[in-house]
Formats: sequence, C-alpha cells, structure tokens
Amino acid sequence: MRITCPCCGSRDRREFTYYGSDDYLRRPDADAAAQAWDDYLHNRDNPAGETRDLWYHDPCGTWVKVTRDTVTHAIHACEPVAGEAG
Amino acid sequence: MTQSHRIPGKGRIDRARPVRFTFDGRDYDGYHGDTLASALLANGVRLMGRSFKYHRPRGVMTAGSEEPNALVEVLEDGQHTPNVRATMQELFPGLHARSQNRWPSLSFDALAVNDRLSAFLSAGFYYKTFMWPPAWWEKIYEPLIRRAAGLGSLSGRHDEGRYEKAWAHCDLLVIGSGPAGLMAALTAARAGADVILAEEDREMGGRLLSDAPEIDGRKGDAWALAIVAELASMPNVRLMPRTTVTGAYDDGTYGALERVGLHVPTLADLPRECFWRIVAKRAILAAGALERPIAHPDNDRPGVMMASALRSYVRRWGVDPGRVVIFGNNDSALDAARTLTAEGVRILAYIDPRPVPPVEEFRVYQGDVVGTTGHLGLQTVRFRHRGGVSEIAAETLALAGGWNPTLHLACHMNTRPDWDEGIAAFVPRPDMVPGLAVAGAAANRFSTAACLADGAGAAAAALADLGLKAPDLPVPKAEDGVYAIAPLWSVEAPGRAWLDFANDVTTKDVELAAREGFASVEHMKRYTTQGMAPDQGKSSNVTALAVLAETTGQGIPTTGTTTFRPPFVPISIAALGAGGRGHGFAPERRTTSELASRRMGAPMIEAGLWFRPSYFPREGEATWRDSCDREVTMVRQAVGVCDVSTLGKIDVQGADAERFLDLVYSNTMSTLKPGRVRYGLMLREDGHVMDDGTCARLSERHFLITTTTAAAGPVMRHLDFVQQAFCGDWDVRLISVTEQWAQFALAGPRARDLLNTLLRDPVNAQGFPFMACSETRILGVLGRLFRISFSGELGYEVAVPARYGAALFDRLVAEAENLGGGAYGMEALNVLRIEKGFITHAEIHGRVTAFDIGMERMVAAGKDCIGKAASQRPGMIGPEREQLVGLMPLEGHASLTAGAHLYEEKAPATAANGQGYVTSVGYSPTLNSWLGLGFLKNGRARHGETVRLEDGLRKRKVQARVCDPVFFDRDGGRMRG
Ligand SMILES: [Zn+2]
Repeated sequence: MRITCPCCGSRDRREFTYYGSDDYLRRPDADAAAQAWDDYLHNRDNPAGETRDLWYHDPCGTWVKVTRDTVTHAIHACEPVAGEAG
Repeated sequence: MTQSHRIPGKGRIDRARPVRFTFDGRDYDGYHGDTLASALLANGVRLMGRSFKYHRPRGVMTAGSEEPNALVEVLEDGQHTPNVRATMQELFPGLHARSQNRWPSLSFDALAVNDRLSAFLSAGFYYKTFMWPPAWWEKIYEPLIRRAAGLGSLSGRHDEGRYEKAWAHCDLLVIGSGPAGLMAALTAARAGADVILAEEDREMGGRLLSDAPEIDGRKGDAWALAIVAELASMPNVRLMPRTTVTGAYDDGTYGALERVGLHVPTLADLPRECFWRIVAKRAILAAGALERPIAHPDNDRPGVMMASALRSYVRRWGVDPGRVVIFGNNDSALDAARTLTAEGVRILAYIDPRPVPPVEEFRVYQGDVVGTTGHLGLQTVRFRHRGGVSEIAAETLALAGGWNPTLHLACHMNTRPDWDEGIAAFVPRPDMVPGLAVAGAAANRFSTAACLADGAGAAAAALADLGLKAPDLPVPKAEDGVYAIAPLWSVEAPGRAWLDFANDVTTKDVELAAREGFASVEHMKRYTTQGMAPDQGKSSNVTALAVLAETTGQGIPTTGTTTFRPPFVPISIAALGAGGRGHGFAPERRTTSELASRRMGAPMIEAGLWFRPSYFPREGEATWRDSCDREVTMVRQAVGVCDVSTLGKIDVQGADAERFLDLVYSNTMSTLKPGRVRYGLMLREDGHVMDDGTCARLSERHFLITTTTAAAGPVMRHLDFVQQAFCGDWDVRLISVTEQWAQFALAGPRARDLLNTLLRDPVNAQGFPFMACSETRILGVLGRLFRISFSGELGYEVAVPARYGAALFDRLVAEAENLGGGAYGMEALNVLRIEKGFITHAEIHGRVTAFDIGMERMVAAGKDCIGKAASQRPGMIGPEREQLVGLMPLEGHASLTAGAHLYEEKAPATAANGQGYVTSVGYSPTLNSWLGLGFLKNGRARHGETVRLEDGLRKRKVQARVCDPVFFDRDGGRMRG
C-alpha cells in the first residue's frame, strides 16, 4: 500500500502511522451534548467501500486524510489535514 | 565418478569447469551451470527423495521452482537448509546435499511400510483416526504425527547466514524473460523507460533456452542471448536473474526473492538471499506456463517427468534420458517428441489418446498409459492402444498433459481467473491487478510469434500509460503453430494415480472427498491436503479440481479454483526478517553520556529505544541494591548527576503558541511568564491522562516543553494532529529537539555548589528560584538552565547542544565527586521519585484520569482543552474509581512487588474482591522501608487502612498501610529551598 504524502510524495505505508476515521477532524464544541462527544470519540462506521481515514507521515510530521476503498484497496485521494482546518 | 548420462557436447554447461559435490555422502561430478537435479541425472541418479505420506521413491518431475518431488537438504558448516528444490539449487564446488524424509537411507526407507498401508491412510485419515479418545490427542497422537510429519530437518542452531532486504523502484517491472518478457523489456528499454527484468532462473531466456524455436533465422537461445546482451548494456535497465517475484500487492508493490549467494560456496562474501520490495508504475507478467502431468496408475516413479522438463534436461544440461516414452494429449507433446528426436533422443513410443497420424521418427500409438514398473526407478511402461496392451522397457516417461498459464501473481488481489475450454486451463482476465498486464503464455498465447508480439504490445500499452513513445521495433519472425489439446485428466485404469506428488494425493482421495461430502474445492483441498505442500500444487491443482468436477459432474467453471495467495515460492523467514536479528531488531538510541557511563561500569538498560545507565557500581558494593541505596542517599545528602536527555523535548514557537499550549495542556500555560517553568498535564481526547512534563517559557513566543521518555513519539504525533487539524490558521509551529540537546539533572543539597562551578554567571536561591529558566553560559557554551526537580531535592537541569554532552557529563561527575556526590542511574532515580510520589507511565498507563492521580484541579475551568469534555463524563470522577495511593508494608523490610493486587485484609483473593493494584515499588534507604505506589478503590479516603498485597505470580502476600503517595518532604521545602 502506498500513500501520497502532500509533503514528500508517494511513500510506502510502513512510513505512516494509522490513527482512525476522519471523524476525528470534526471535534464538537466543548459544551456539545454527550451524544455528540460519543459519536466523535467512539461510534464508527465500518464501510465496505469508500472510507476516509487519517494517517501520520512519521518522517515529516504531516497528517494526511486518505480516501480509499476498503473493498478494492484503491486510494482515491490523499489530502493534507491542515488544508481544511478552521 | 563418470557422468554416465551426459550427452557429449550438448548443454549450456561449462565443461571446462568441473564441479565436485556430494549427495547422501557420495561424491559426484558435474559442471558449472548444472543444477543439483541436472547433475544427479547426468550421473544416472534418478531417485532423489521420498514422498511425504507413503514414503514412495521419487525422482525429479520438473526443471523449475514448481518441483514437487526432488526436495533435499543442503548442508554447510553445521547449517541445514531443508526443502531445497534440487531443480533450483545451482551446483558449486563442495555442495553437500542430502535426501530427506527417509530412514535409514533413501533406497531403503522403513516408513515405506506406509505405502502398503495406504488403504488406511486415505483422505481424511487424520480426522478419522486420531479422534478418540480425546485425551489421547495431546499425549499420543500429536507427538506421533509430528515425528512422522514434515519434510527435512533443521540443524537446531541459529541460522548464521546473512540476509538482506532492499527496495527498488522502476517504471516497468517485467516478470519473466521468455520471448514475451524479453520483447516487453526491449520495447520499454528502447523507449527510455526505467525497466527491471526479473527472472527466476540463473539465465535469462525462459523456454527459449530449452525449446530453442527459430527466431529471425536464429536458434531461440542465441536470439535470447543477443537481446539480453543489449539490455545489459543499457543504463536504464536492471536485470535481476535468480529473482522470483513472489507476490503482487497494492499500488504497484511487488515482493521478490533474489537468491544472491546460494550458488557459491562461501557464506561470507554474499548474503544468501535478498528480499526485494519493488515499486513499479507498470508491470508485465510474462511468467509463461507450467506443464501439468496426467494422472495414470503409478505415474510417480523416478524417471517419470514432464516433457518440458525432459527438453530442458536434454538441451540445457546435456542429460541423456535413456529410452523415452512420451504420453501426451496435445500438440506441444508431439512437438516435444519431434524436437527430442532431432536432438538425438530415442523415443520408443509416443502415446496420445487423440488420433495422431503416423510419423517417420517414432512410433505413434493412440491410447493411454495404464501402469509402470520399477521399484526405485522406472523400468517399464504399460499402455493401452488400439492393438491391445503393450509393455516396453524405458528409463524415462515424459508426461505432457497440457499447460497452465502461470497467472498466480495476477490473482493475488483476490480476483479469480476465467476457465478457457480451448486450452482446458485457467486464463487471466483483464485488469486483475491494477497496473499489471499479463503477456505471452501466461495470457494464453502459445506460439513463439504470438508471445513476441504480445510482449511488444503489452510494453507499448504500458509506455502509453507512462507517457512514453513506443519505439519502432519490428516483431521478429518465429513459428506460429496452433496449440490443440484434448483434455485428459486421469486415466481410467486400476491402481493409484497421483495428482499432488508432494503431498501424496491420488485421484481416489479426491473422489473419496467428494463422496464424503467435501465436494467444494476449498473443502476438498483441506480434506485431502491437495496443493498444501511446499509447491502449493503448482502442477497439480488444476488437474485435481478437474477430477473433482468429473466426480461431482459439476463442470470446472462451476467448481472454481482455490484462492491464489502470495508467496509464489517459499520464502525463508530469515529473508523476510533480514537485518532484524540482534542489534537490528530495533533502532538503538544512545545518549552522549553512554561511553562515560559504561567506563564507570554502569549496566545499560533499555528505556524504549534508549539505553540508560541502571546504576554506577563502586568498590565494595555487592549488588545493584547496594549501589542504588548509596546513590539515593548521595542525592538526599550531597549531590547527584543524571542524564535526562531521553525526555522528549518539543520546541513550540509563534504568536499563538500560548493559545495552542492552553488547548493541549489541561492546565493554563498562557499565564506563564517568560523565564518560568510550569508542570503540565496532557489528556487524551477520551479524558484519560496522556502524558505529563514541564513547559518552559523561554521568551514571549518561544516555549520548550518536555515529555516522558516513553511518550515522546506519541505526544509529538498528537501535537502535530491538534495543530494541523484544529489550529491550521494559528501562528504556531512545533518541532522535536530531543536529540539536539543533552540535558543533565543536578540534584541534592549541594546542587547549586556544583552548578556554580560551571556557570559564567553563578546563581543564588532568590535570583533563580524554583521553576525558573533561562539561557546561560556553561563552561563557555550557550546553554539552558532550568530549576526543576524530579527527586524532591534542590534541583537544576542544564542543557547544552548535544555535541557538548559528553564533555559536560564528565566534568559534572568529576565536580560532583569533589562535593561528595556522583552519578546516579535509573534505579536511584526511580526510588527518589517514588519517595516523592512523582508519577511515571507506570502510573499514567492509559486507563487513569486526572482525578485518579489527584490532579483533577489541573483541568482548568476557564478554557477548553483536549480531553476536557470527556474527563468530566459520568464514571470518570468519583469514589468508585481507583485512586493513586502510597503503600508501606507493616513490617518495613517486607518487600513489595509491582503488579500485586490489593484486597481487604481478610478478603479472599478473587476478582470480585479486587480493590486495586501496585504500579511502582522500591526500597527507600531514606525511610528504611519498601514503598509502593498503586491504585486503590476510593483510595484517598482510605489513608491509614491496612490492605493485603497479593502477588499470585510470585506467590507473595504482604500487609501494607495505605498512605499519601508523597512519602517524603510532603511540603516540598527541600526542592524550593
Ligand atoms: Zn511526508
């Protein structure tokens, strides 16, 4: 498996550390309801098909949002997490 | 020994370089260029092994990596390599090989009695026989089976051989160097593409070396040599002979095993094998096809081999096969008979179930082979034909049951091939592996002309994908014959007919499996063990499932294939794990004080990837405890020096740095004044403690934070995430500087005296108070000074650029010794922090909250922080939680053990009665008692209670008093002074 680091280009997955779903990018407000925090922290889909998850490129410190297919293993997009921050 | 079966002048062997080797202790001669199999055949040795289950005498079947029978052990310097295919082992001077799976000798094997018991050893025999009584399994059946099972043996010693792993990248990977592979490589190479051509054999050329069809008026092998020479001269081409591509993986990654040093005598010069990971933008699988045998009675005797293998042994190695009978069902069999006759081989009979017109060169029979004789080697072949049944004497029976395209790699990503009725074999579908095209015989092209054209075409398509222009390269002229076949899987005749030679699976086993309900191909495989030997059924799986399909009447497309999985050939674990033994197991990180520490006799212990000194023994100290007790007392009474460089250090800068630190620390950092340090607690987003450390504000926009040694990596990853995910437009940047700075703790009442021997501008108690920080000149070097303490004593940490670390440590230790102090190690450091109730990752182990360690007030009220919301959820705070406590044994010299569980004094040690556990222990020479830290249910309300520590593992029970986790100097006067 190869992931394209926005900083370093196409690299083997051994250089990356997996984190989890890109749900982690949508952090609730501090005073959000308990359900929102549960969804953020714990509740995850397990799709057969397109999924978006977060990988850390250890050598350069870039976080990458990877859009990939869990059935075909095809990687559709690798985007920097920093690009969509708010 | 004479090479009695060598044809004079024939073969691609170097007769000027004779090679002496041994097989089963006997000397033989061969030539450079031989394989072990070809050299044994040239010496008239047909018997090379015993079969797995029935211990049947077996000879070589093939001339390639698919060999099921001729598996031998190679011995060198006390090392055994079992299951080496004699067909792949190149001959070298001094090669020692030994047959396996026989006792006492290859020609007389006691377990051959299994063959006569075969009626009881049929498919499913293990499942049926070893079921009852159940208690017998572990004691009797399993050891019995283990002794009888398995091929070959290990030396029982470490593998001393050297192995390597490597990466390669290319535009186009061509797998296989027959006509299709060579044309593909040449086409891409002339276009300027970066090409890797991988070939399993020692020589490039594939079947051209064995069959030598005419190409552009030249013999095929001569043509191949010329192409290979051109490729070798091109800087954009890497030729990788002796390299088997073993697996196709995601995104153009291929595994490949190179036999680097297995063909030469000395281990020392070359690694034995190299495991490659090849990343290719495009790949062409031109691996050819594997010929399959026909299941007829007694088709497994030494001397029975594939017709294609016979052609290889004759043409490539000049082996004289003696009198030959060929049994085939397709045009390539007839072609083999003709070519072999032209090479001077005596074909006594060509037998084919199809009506074949008579030819001049040999006798043609329409019929089939119904049996053979010859105990240790083929003597006669019996066959049915239109005139009746005949038996003729022969040394070699060549089987030609048709060709199976070598499409394994194309199926490695879980796609299934199509069944092609025309050639009665599975063929690849398009786009089975993204970026991989299949060409040549692997793609159902069976004439030389078609293979050449297909290779060129596949390369042109790959070049188009790569944005390169295909060169104007005419496809050479070659034979374009038709490959016609009449499927014949097994001959209807009495007797056992083998499918899987390696695992001793016969047609009867497959029929039995179907009758007993194991009619799906995956069930049949597991019930009979078909295809589960080292050869993975390369030459037998298709035939076995055809027999299954005939038995069930389902037809082959419905029956389907088993799954093709990597690796294509066996890979030694040593090659996969190359470099991972001993020091290579994990990276080793070393501090600048390591050499000095070792010189002082300190044993080094691992702390994550780091090595840190355990203690510094002095004369007269008998055990580590003596040293540790002395070092603790030295710090409490004088001064000690300890390398703390392994703590993670992260430099945080920017106008929004304080805002960022407020978000990642539970407590507030924005209020910290420049020149001051604050203890900080980090939570995970799920509300549990992630790490603790210090945060120093070096200037308004410049912070330096520390992490624990263990969590340095995860904390950096976490901070990068928070910054990139939530603070993308903030003015803050961070970087790890752990390795840029050497940092030493100076601890003890005389720490300031020690420090001031080094500073250009000495410090005093008021001018540089507790939790101060600043830049400073240390022995002329610009460094940093922090007044922090992990020992509870007056403490400083000095940091200098790492290149000065070794010199500073030497000087610090010398000055400390002048003051009655010295260096201290991890053991003393641990006791000192336990005495003070300071936590490490023994305590913040991932399941504790700020509340549990008594730091809930450090989750600041007026701001958000990572983990804040979750830390306040129900269940994260409250008396039901286990809380950090101190533990002191009622009898001071009773030792405590970490990992012990806590129970009420009289309560039985059951899970339900568990009250908590012990995380850290140490003997305190300061308090003359063992001390423990641990977690106890509602522990802060239970100070003064007595609990029982029970360590089931070490069989220890100790009564202890629960107390505050700060055992020593509770008001902190010593470190603030
Ligand atoms: Zn990167």
